Amino acid sequence: MAILNAERISYAPTPRFSIHDVNITAEQGERIAIIGPNGSGKSTMLRLITRLLQPNTGTVILDGHDIRAMRGNEIARILAMLPQMQAGQHDLTVRDLVRYGRHPYQRWFSGMSKEDREIVEWAIHATRMDHLADQQLQSLSGGERQRAWIAMSLAQLPKVLLLDEPTTFLDISHQFEILELISQLNKEMNMTIVSVLHDINQAAQYSDRLIVMKEGRMVAQGTPSEVLTHEMFEQVFEITVRIHYDDPYPYVRLMQCLRCDNPSCR
Amino acid sequence: MSLARSSQSPFSKSAITKADAPVDHRWITRQIALVVSLFLLIAAMLYGLIVGSVHVPLQTIWNVLVYHEPSTEEQIIWNFRLPRVLIGACVGMVLAMSGAFMQGVMRNPLADPGIIGVSAGAGLMAVLIMIIFPEYYYLIPIAAFVGAWIAVMITYALSWKQGAIPVRIILAGVAVNSLVGAITSGIMQLYSDRVQAVLPWLAGGLSGVSWYHLDMILPYVALALILSIFAIRHANILLLGDEAAKLLGHPTEKSRFFLILVSTLLAGIAVSVSGLIGFVGLVVPHIVRMFVGSDYKFLLPMSAICGAALVVFADTAARSWFDPIELPVGILLAALGGPFFLYLLRRGGGRIGNS
Repeated sequence: MAILNAERISYAPTPRFSIHDVNITAEQGERIAIIGPNGSGKSTMLRLITRLLQPNTGTVILDGHDIRAMRGNEIARILAMLPQMQAGQHDLTVRDLVRYGRHPYQRWFSGMSKEDREIVEWAIHATRMDHLADQQLQSLSGGERQRAWIAMSLAQLPKVLLLDEPTTFLDISHQFEILELISQLNKEMNMTIVSVLHDINQAAQYSDRLIVMKEGRMVAQGTPSEVLTHEMFEQVFEITVRIHYDDPYPYVRLMQCLRCDNPSCR
Repeated sequence: MSLARSSQSPFSKSAITKADAPVDHRWITRQIALVVSLFLLIAAMLYGLIVGSVHVPLQTIWNVLVYHEPSTEEQIIWNFRLPRVLIGACVGMVLAMSGAFMQGVMRNPLADPGIIGVSAGAGLMAVLIMIIFPEYYYLIPIAAFVGAWIAVMITYALSWKQGAIPVRIILAGVAVNSLVGAITSGIMQLYSDRVQAVLPWLAGGLSGVSWYHLDMILPYVALALILSIFAIRHANILLLGDEAAKLLGHPTEKSRFFLILVSTLLAGIAVSVSGLIGFVGLVVPHIVRMFVGSDYKFLLPMSAICGAALVVFADTAARSWFDPIELPVGILLAALGGPFFLYLLRRGGGRIGNS
């Protein structure tokens, strides 16, 4: 049974933007990447899955339960998300932040139990933040801060981890570091990963399955080799590409932007 | 590192290098800050008992407090200074705690309870009674308390749109403050001959407080303290931001409402007995945060102690330094508050927890 099943999700907050009849299913241990042009609704889909937003129609079944019937902390024990931007928490240390990850498990009157502390230390170790655990977040680099937030998500012991553009603000080595870390978590803990990524090649390299969205609809899904075709790029991204199939995963090279060459482009 | 996923513990304990956080320098700083604050509070209270038109030496104070030796000094201490010091400490404590919570709710280090209408609402009711219904002067504390609540509820209701986010609350607060302030000023204009009585209250002061006032506020103080202890967790979670807090399963709207309730209760207590004292709610948590950080487990009690110390000291200074005039403590605090903000500006702007 799939760990995550979003069925027939529709969401129309404004007339100009709407998500229409989207289905996303994820098995335990799968790595899924959602790709698509800006405004296609990728981040919105993540928010609908986490119940930050409520869809107009459709249901999201998480580990067999409808998320509408679940309490906030019940959801948080199964599903964790790394938001795209994190409000700068100025004097929190890494360890302080990771401790928050135990919040869904704590009663309103209890503090950190011994097990909570152990899980926090484990999460810090798993993200290789041991030497930075007492540093303030504001003094860390972008990649280190991202790892700290991942450590916090880890402390929730989630079965599913959602990531909204986790690499967008990072330099290339930190991007690689984060993607490798996430892959490792997926391998070692069989954690389901659903990420929104802008870099097609990163998506192809680090995912088992791709979902392509455009203008609020799902237009393609499948393995990277199945999904990354010339037709798809022309129709969805309005670019022509050259695709190399040498590696285990395809590598895409941009050739020409169709929109830019079009004299009547928007 | 192998991390097999099982139904029990999905992590390998052999991977843990240390099960408990080491003692870091923050803990030491916090302990020192606590000790220093307690010392300042006791010193301020003693200062408040010693100083005045009659200087009462320390030995006599000891005799009065412990042995109840009847004398003129005992009268002064027991009937005037002791209640004033205790109420001053209560007022400072609740104002600082209120400000600390407000800064957490608004995610703004410059927030204080006045921002959501506490002062405006209390002020209007107090002015109404003092000017138009002066025969009901004994209702002023209750009216101020109620007025504060009504203003806050209106502000909250106005800010509601599928939830009350800080920006909307602040905007609504500005609107309510404006409107209520206008009405208050209008009344003062219409009855300009009776305005003199109102001004000290609006400036905020503790003159004329007695055991009666302490008895009046103590149950509310006790309630507020209990609620504040529960509020610590809420305030800490909201520090992460709405999105992260929701993703951790925290009900942010209910949480924020609860914090506003507690904050209003705290500020309402102060305003009912001492009028509009500003700056304590804003300045004290700000300074305390620089030493102990944003964690409310430490920020809150420390703010309470320092707030108490500040108001007791400022009140004592205000009533004795300008002999024979007794300055309302709110004016002295405002005078001290101004330079403080200049100092903040020079340091480069007050960010939360910036050292």
